[in-house]
Order: sequence, then structure tokens, then C-alpha cells
Amino acid sequence: MSKTITIDPMTRIEGHLKIEIEVEDGKVSDARCCGEMFRGIEQILHGRNPVDANQITQRICGVCPASHAQASSLTLDRALGVTPPDNGRLIRNLVLGSNYLQSHVLHFYHLAALDYVDITAILKYKGNDPELNRVKAWAQAELDSGKANPVAPFLPRYEGDYIADTDINIAAITHYLKALEIRRKAQEMLSIFGGRMPHNVTIMPGGSSETVTVNKIAAFSSRLREISDFVENVYIPDVLAVASLYPKYFEIGKGCGNLLSYGVFEEDNNGDAKLLPAGTFVNGEVRAFSEKKLSEYVKYSRYSSASGNHPSKGETTPDLYKEGAYSWLKAPRYDGEVVEVGPLSRIGVAHLTGASETVSKMVTDTLARFNAPVGALFSVLGRHAARALEAKVVADRCAQWVTQLQPGKPAHTPFSIPQQGEGIGLTEAPRGALGHWISIKDKKINRYQCVVPTTWNGSPCDDKGCKGPMEQALIGTPIADIENPIEAGRVVRSFDPCIACAVHVVTPDKQRLATFRVV
Amino acid sequence: MSLSRREFLELMGCTASVAVIPCILHSAGIPEPVKQALAEELQTSQLPVIWIQGQSCAGCSVSTLNTVHPDIAEVLTETISLQFHPNVMGGTGDVAVEVLERALTEQQGEFVLVVEGSISTSEGGAYCQSGESNHHPVTAQQWVQRLGEAAKAVVAIGTCASFGGIPAAKGNLTGARGVQDIIPKATIINIPGCPSHPDWVVGTIAHVILYGLPELDEHKRPKMFFGKVVHEQCERRADFEEGRVAEDFGQPGCLYDLGCKGPEAHCDACIRGWNNNVNWCIRSGSPCIGCTEPGFPDFSNTGLYSKLPIEKTYGIDWSGPHAPRKVTTG
Repeated sequence: MSKTITIDPMTRIEGHLKIEIEVEDGKVSDARCCGEMFRGIEQILHGRNPVDANQITQRICGVCPASHAQASSLTLDRALGVTPPDNGRLIRNLVLGSNYLQSHVLHFYHLAALDYVDITAILKYKGNDPELNRVKAWAQAELDSGKANPVAPFLPRYEGDYIADTDINIAAITHYLKALEIRRKAQEMLSIFGGRMPHNVTIMPGGSSETVTVNKIAAFSSRLREISDFVENVYIPDVLAVASLYPKYFEIGKGCGNLLSYGVFEEDNNGDAKLLPAGTFVNGEVRAFSEKKLSEYVKYSRYSSASGNHPSKGETTPDLYKEGAYSWLKAPRYDGEVVEVGPLSRIGVAHLTGASETVSKMVTDTLARFNAPVGALFSVLGRHAARALEAKVVADRCAQWVTQLQPGKPAHTPFSIPQQGEGIGLTEAPRGALGHWISIKDKKINRYQCVVPTTWNGSPCDDKGCKGPMEQALIGTPIADIENPIEAGRVVRSFDPCIACAVHVVTPDKQRLATFRVV
Repeated sequence: MSLSRREFLELMGCTASVAVIPCILHSAGIPEPVKQALAEELQTSQLPVIWIQGQSCAGCSVSTLNTVHPDIAEVLTETISLQFHPNVMGGTGDVAVEVLERALTEQQGEFVLVVEGSISTSEGGAYCQSGESNHHPVTAQQWVQRLGEAAKAVVAIGTCASFGGIPAAKGNLTGARGVQDIIPKATIINIPGCPSHPDWVVGTIAHVILYGLPELDEHKRPKMFFGKVVHEQCERRADFEEGRVAEDFGQPGCLYDLGCKGPEAHCDACIRGWNNNVNWCIRSGSPCIGCTEPGFPDFSNTGLYSKLPIEKTYGIDWSGPHAPRKVTTG
């Protein structure tokens, strides 16, 4: 006898997401992810100055605006025929890298950890740390006060199998608080070359409006050192600690088993070499990535536009009352296949293609620690571990990029808007593959399309009825108590969904679908 | 048996900061009436806040997390009682929705409603839904109407919630509007900015707690933060006066020719700085895009980087010796 559970709103993610799961014999037997917001940013971009896209697309997501700034700048570089100087490319990498660090730290501690850590353990704290004692006294007073919703925003919550060990919980709460400071400092670090955060103002076609001085290099390096120390000595060990306490989550939330990365962090000014490479892992095989194989389907999405188009020909016509449709998210597919995007895909592709010795060593060392096969990466814990390891890769490389900056040299190449033009910008947001496509007509935006990470991960069924990666990951998840489906939250949050991003997309082209099968 | 707030404050010699109350409350040797008064003070001092999101990017929430003094942990444990916030709250699904339902029934007139993001009004608001009530999806528009009516005041955070912002710009398919258009009768404070600055958010809430509603301008923005335009306090104002104008992004000089909206944008980020005053828009070589203004981002169809008409530049005579001229080098 199955029971349908609706989880709405799915909190501690970005945006409005509803999850519907069928639970049968204590396991999820079916799942639907429903994006619940539409803004129509692409329609709003039509007819504007192409450079405005740089600012407007950042507002797609306030958690990863730097990624949209990067994608639209790469897109406009192509469309405007401009190449940034070294300083411009490096500043873009430092801004994007800072954003990876703030986003990954925020995700683990402030979005995901509350599914594992028992924050009420603070009441048992017996040490002499002033901040912890202040939080303890606050929590106790809240509980004693008889007011509505004491200890908000941390309670109420689903009840479930939280960490039982008081010392571990208290260490985690300490790190939750420290991580608030670290993520703020990562935003400050971004702002040194980005002007401000969220929504930076300096990253633009031709490079960056911010220039290089030795003081900025020092200010950046100083914050980076503190953040790197946190990643290495706190964040990565905490992820490993959760993994050792919840080993079954190496088997839960497997998903589709296919990976896609566009590649990210330009290592040359033409954008050919990347720190983390482009590539795919589909049906057990590593393959090169081709942008031509992208398409998006809308049979189960609230759009009347044609299904199966390539993004460069994308249309987004909302149809609120479309029969059978259950999401504002489209269903992007790669060569017709369901693929997952995000840190697991980037780290997975870098490892499986042998492109990065550093990454491969980190991955194999981590797997060896848990005596786990490489397939264990396709799991809730695999995603958290990949994200933490990636934070270290990015932090280490930022430390090198910042020393390559040259004070006094230009960071920006002047541009002019052509009468007509087209451009593609492919990069990776912290949450996964991000693509922008533009066509310019009469010096204005004629068409602008974005395909964003959570559209891949949170997609509904495609036209062939194949479920999206998050839906597939939910199926099979054990649910101990249907009144408190905490396990479903753990699976969904491991993808770090961002629904504000996900509802702007498009795709077109009539390719024939390959047969899909779950690996 | 209990002390009045005034008696309590007198007893404490007006020196007790709210911050120390929880510690005192659990100390031994404090008389029961004082403890009770302290508990009441704690209860009244932490303003209950319900923070909901419409068509938002969450950027204003992310920005608010960047508050430095007080930091966000201090804000959450000493200034406000953040009962609902989609991005940070522990509860999910019906556990979260129950908090909102309880506010409607048990906390009428006690809480402040914060709204982030514009509100879709087309098709009954169906372009933005969040949560279910009695197994029916609830739109952001309905939540704003219900909670706005029950709240003691409403704070619209960011330009989307204040004026509609980018979702309400030309090409808007969803009927996106600012909160004041949804609940015109409510007591509303607008804290625009794309994103809003954490100091504006925390400062406005502190003002409400300590002194009541702050003085507002004609767009319901607190004058203490939005009383002057960027141009009045810009660090490149001397360049403007002397006619030193940047030709390209990243060059020194006034950014007027690159489309700077500083002469029209009411905002004090020019003296406050962003992100712990690490930087701000014009200091980083990029023109002000006027993100605190009701006209953002259309500016009557001229967009973000079109040059303002010269007659609007605050009575400065740009003829003769002050005529704009190109800067040769940095």
C-alpha cells in the first residue's frame, strides 16, 4: 500500500521546490520534482543593450550570480569579438573561485548539515567558550519562555536519526557558527575584485572593470589563507565525519549515474584550457563533450513551445494549464540521456578522464578511507565529498592565480556592440553546468537563453518518460517515518538545488533520442 | 508579581544590554520577579520576524547574511526571532507551513513580515507558489495578502519586493509587482537595492525595535539610508567637477559617459561600501546602475548603461573650463 507525501516547500535550498514521493514498504517508489516559480527573465532580456545581460542574468540567482556574470561575459566576448587580457581572465577566475568557496561552505553547513546535526545538543554544552554559552543560554531561555516557535529558525524540524554524540554535535554547531563568518569573508574576498557581492559589477565583456593593485592582491590572499585553512582543517574533516556516521548514504541517492561537465576556470585567454575539464560519463563510458548534443524537452513542463530544441533556438512560452505538466523546469538532456551536473560531475569527469592527477589522488584517497568502490561516488555522500574536495582544488588554484596578477597592467579590453552577432558561453556554477546563448540584431538582444544547473538535476520527465536525476535519486530511498521524511530532504539537498536558476531555460532541435537506460 | 518594563530598566540601571539577559536569567541568586521581568524583556526584545520569498533570487537574503556588526548569529539570537525563512529554517514541508499558519491564528499583530522578491499577480499568482494549505497550493500573492494583513508591519526587502524590480521590467509575463501594490493599506517600509545592503536591513529593524518606524521618503524608503543620491557623496565627484571622464571601464575619472546612474540613485553605498566596506560599485570602475530606484532596470527604456541627459547633472556648468574631457592615463 503506497502513500503519497508532498514536501512543500523544500526549504534550505534556493527557490520554490515541491517534492512529491510515493512511499511503499518503507521505500520511495516514485518521485516528482516540481519547480514552482517562473519569472521569464529571457523575455525580459529581449530588445535590451547586450551588455545589460551581464547584470540582469546575475539576478537569476543571488547565491551564484558570479557564475551568470561569467557565463554572460564569455557569451558576450564571443558575440562582440573581444578577448580579455591576462588580468581580466585571472580576475574572472578569482571572482568565480571566491563564489565557489562561499557557496560550498554555505551549502554544507547552513543548508545541508541541519539534516544530520542535532542542534538541541547545545543545551548540554559544559565548556567555557563565550559564544557557545551565549547560544546555549539563548536556546534555553527560548524553550523556557513559552513563546511560539522557540529556537527559531532552527526548530521546529522533522524528527529523525540525528547525530547522537553530544561532542560531535557541539563541534558541528561551533563549525556552523564559524562557517557563517567564513562564507561572509569569502563574499568579501569576491568583492575585492568584483566590486560587491551578491551581484558583482566588474565582470563584463572584455575582462573586468576592477584593476590590479598590490593592496588588493594582499587583501585577497589574506582572506584566502583563512578560508583555505577552514576548508582543509574543518570542512573536509566534517564531511568525512558525517560520512563515517552515516555510511548507508554511500548507497542512498544514486541517481542516473551519468555525468556532464562543461569545464570551468579558464587557464588561457582563448578559453581552450580549463582547470576542471569538460567531458561526459554516460552509460559507463567517458566521452568528449559536444555542445551540439544539448536539447530540452517540455512534455511535462508548463510550456507550449516546441520540445527537443537546442538552446540556441530556444523558445519559452509559458502554458500554465498544460495537461500533464507538473513543473516550470524543462527537461534538458545530453545526447538524449539523463545526466547529472554539479561538483560530483566536475570531480568525476576530472578523475575518470585522468585529466587531473591532483583530483584523482584526492578521490582515490577518500574512497580508500571508506574502503569504497568508485561507484560509491554516485550517492548522497559522494556529492558532499566531491563538493568539499573541489573547494580545496579551487582554493589552492586561486592562491596561484592571485600571484599571477600584474599591477598596473590592463584588466579590460574595450568593446563595441556589433550590428549583429551570436555567442555561446559555457561555464560551471557551483551547482553545475551553466550555458548562455545570445543572438544580437540591430545592436540589441534578439534572443537570450540560459540553461542552468538545477534544470538538469531537478528536471521532470522528458518526452520519453525518463525521470530527472533528482527524481531517480529519490526512488529507492528508505523512509523510516512518513510523517518525518528527513531522508528525502537529505537526498534532494545533496544536489544543492537552486530553483530560482532553474526556471529560465530553453532548448531546441529535433534529434532522435537514444535508448535510455539507468546505469 | 512582575515588574513593569520601566521598573525593570530602572532596576537594571538601564545598563543591561539585551545581550546579557539570557546569561543573567540562568544565574543563581537572581530574585524570581527579576527573572520573570528578564524573561519578558527577552520575549519582547526579540522581534518576531517572518521572512517569505516571492519571485526572488535570494540575493537579499545572502546579502543580509553578510552583516558584520552585529553579525548574523547575533542578529538571530539577540535582535529578531526569525520564525520563518525558506533558506535557513530547520523545518521543511508541512512543518514549515505550520509556522505560517500559527502566525495567522496565534500571532496576529505581533510579527513583522519581511518579503523578498516580486509578487506575481497574473493568473491568480500561479506563476509563484510555495507550500500547501489544506492540500491546496498557496501562491506568494496569497501569503503576502494573508500574512500582510496579520502583521504589525511589512518590510519589503530589495528592489523586486519594493518596486517590482527585474521580474516587473519590460517584457514581464507574470504580472510581477512590488508588495505595496498587493497590500496598499499595510504599513510598509521599502528597503530597495539589488541586493539590499545588510546595514539597511539590520539598521531598519533596529530602528523599528528601538524607536519605531523610521522617517520615509516618497517611495517609503528610510531617509537615513536613501536620503541622498550617490552623486552627492561620490568619491569621484571631484573628477566630475573637473570634467575628468573615463572613456572605458577600469579607467580613472568620472563614469558619467559610461552611463553612471549616480546622479539619480538614492543610496549611501558610496560612503558605506559593500561587504565590510571592501569595495563598492564606482570604486571598482563600474558605473552605478541605479539599483535602488523604482525605474530599475528599464529607466524608461534606456537600460543600465545609457548616458543620462546632461541637463540633469545637478546644476554643474559643464561649459567652458569644466567641459568634460578625456582622461589620458591613470
